[in-house]
Amino acid sequence: MAAPPPARSRRRRRLSPGLRAAAPVLALLAFGFAAPLATVAAMSVSPPGSFAPAPGPDLQAWARLVDPAGGLPGSFAVTLGLAAATVAALLAICLPLAHALVHLFGRWSGLVSTLFVFPLFVSENVRLYGWALVLLKNGLLDGTMKALGLGPGPDWLFTPAITLAGMIYVHLPFMLFPVVLGLSLVPRETVEAARDLGASRARIWAEIVLPLASPGILIGMLLTFTLAAGALAEARILGGQSVIPVAQEIETAFSYAQDWPGGAAMALALVLITGALALALLAAIDLDRLLGRRR
Amino acid sequence: MRGLLRGWTLAVLALVYLPILAGALAGLSRSRYFLFPPRDWARDWSLDWWAKVAGALEIRALVANSLLIAAVVTVLAVGFGLCGALAFARHGWRGRRWFQRLVLLPLCFPQPVLGLAALMWFDTLGIGTGWRTAAVAHLVWIVPVVTLVIAIRVYGFDPALEEAAADLGASRLAIWREVTLPMLWPGIWSGALFAFLLSWGNFPLSLYTAGADGTVPKWLYAKMVAGYSPMVPALGTMSTIAAALVLGAGAAVARLARGRG
Repeated sequence: MAAPPPARSRRRRRLSPGLRAAAPVLALLAFGFAAPLATVAAMSVSPPGSFAPAPGPDLQAWARLVDPAGGLPGSFAVTLGLAAATVAALLAICLPLAHALVHLFGRWSGLVSTLFVFPLFVSENVRLYGWALVLLKNGLLDGTMKALGLGPGPDWLFTPAITLAGMIYVHLPFMLFPVVLGLSLVPRETVEAARDLGASRARIWAEIVLPLASPGILIGMLLTFTLAAGALAEARILGGQSVIPVAQEIETAFSYAQDWPGGAAMALALVLITGALALALLAAIDLDRLLGRRR
Repeated sequence: MRGLLRGWTLAVLALVYLPILAGALAGLSRSRYFLFPPRDWARDWSLDWWAKVAGALEIRALVANSLLIAAVVTVLAVGFGLCGALAFARHGWRGRRWFQRLVLLPLCFPQPVLGLAALMWFDTLGIGTGWRTAAVAHLVWIVPVVTLVIAIRVYGFDPALEEAAADLGASRLAIWREVTLPMLWPGIWSGALFAFLLSWGNFPLSLYTAGADGTVPKWLYAKMVAGYSPMVPALGTMSTIAAALVLGAGAAVARLARGRG
């Protein structure tokens, strides 16, 4: 049963039961999501120096955004590159992990899943700060290596690489759980049939598992890419400003630089990139099949 | 192969919890600066920083704010999410596919951007920021999560049961109370846990929308940027333990309810 049955009575004149049930969420998103984004859009075409949406339209903020001399196109490229690297690394980490969670742990899989969910409830600052304590001079790693006579620990803190590692670390659950959902869409019998017919492990993955699990994998890639594109704390706490992501530029524009239209234009550009990607991918995915599967 | 996969899972889990362990150790060390390993394994530990955190009035106010926001968000998010989940998974209606995508959209947006956008919107409306506006901003991100969590349960629910109850003459209210809610209860309970814990730990949305009202993650971030104090890992660890206790208690209640039902 892929799709739920149609509503029993589709009344012509009154609102359909579905729309009535959707109304509170729609109202919330209109007030708390659509209207704020519209404000950002209005702000981004306000004259420089405005602190509230002003009549315009004034495109100076957007002109600065695409001006290569201002450095912002480079900042966007670095941010999106880091986000893409995060997605690639998380795919490599989470595919085997999700396979193990779905097939290997049996009655322990609930506990193991909970252990992977739990960090979501710890503020990401606290977890990233924990990494700083691991990697600091005389921190957990350095101290342990010295105590074992292995010499001083590696000097990884405040580098672009550790920023990327922090992004991979923080976004792991957002890749893992959609991929788990995706992999549990793959019927065991299909995989066994392919194996009985002599298909190699690699071929089974390439031609059966990955295509059938693709809705979950795509959602995982989408979520981690968009969240990583807006990541801020990793560069601040672990990277020591060795990389300046767009989210940081936006924050600076709104605080020290007092350039609200500029910040709004950057924020809207980021939102347009991630939003277009999200809509394109979500349009291709059958959410009923992904979430409504029966084991 | 199986051994390799198990090992991989355990290795990733170890890395996931390593920084949390480091924070716990740092909060328990006696010295002002974190030194590992301690010079004297027996004597360099103390609960002083924990006591200092527990005694600080400022921190009590933060905890009260965080709890207030999380409680309000939980109650509202479950109400919104329950309606949303029925529209998402139960009813066949024309705008459903469009609605499903819309619900997922806020999850795909960077939270700092959402928080900032909300701040500008509240500013435009002339609403001063505080715990109420922070709760609204949290809801925009948390209601979609709760909707998804409850929707997964709704998919597994056979509407024929409700129809059977209606055919037997049950009133609408009775059907809700006796059939629909008990069936959806596990989803509602997990949704409530998610809402509470995600709100409790949220930083990027609170940063922009809580105004002068401090929350625990906001305070921690401000102290982290300003310089090191063992109070930061101590409060971070306490907050983590509180979340773990809530999660554990929630799971225990769910198990008890399942055993009885």
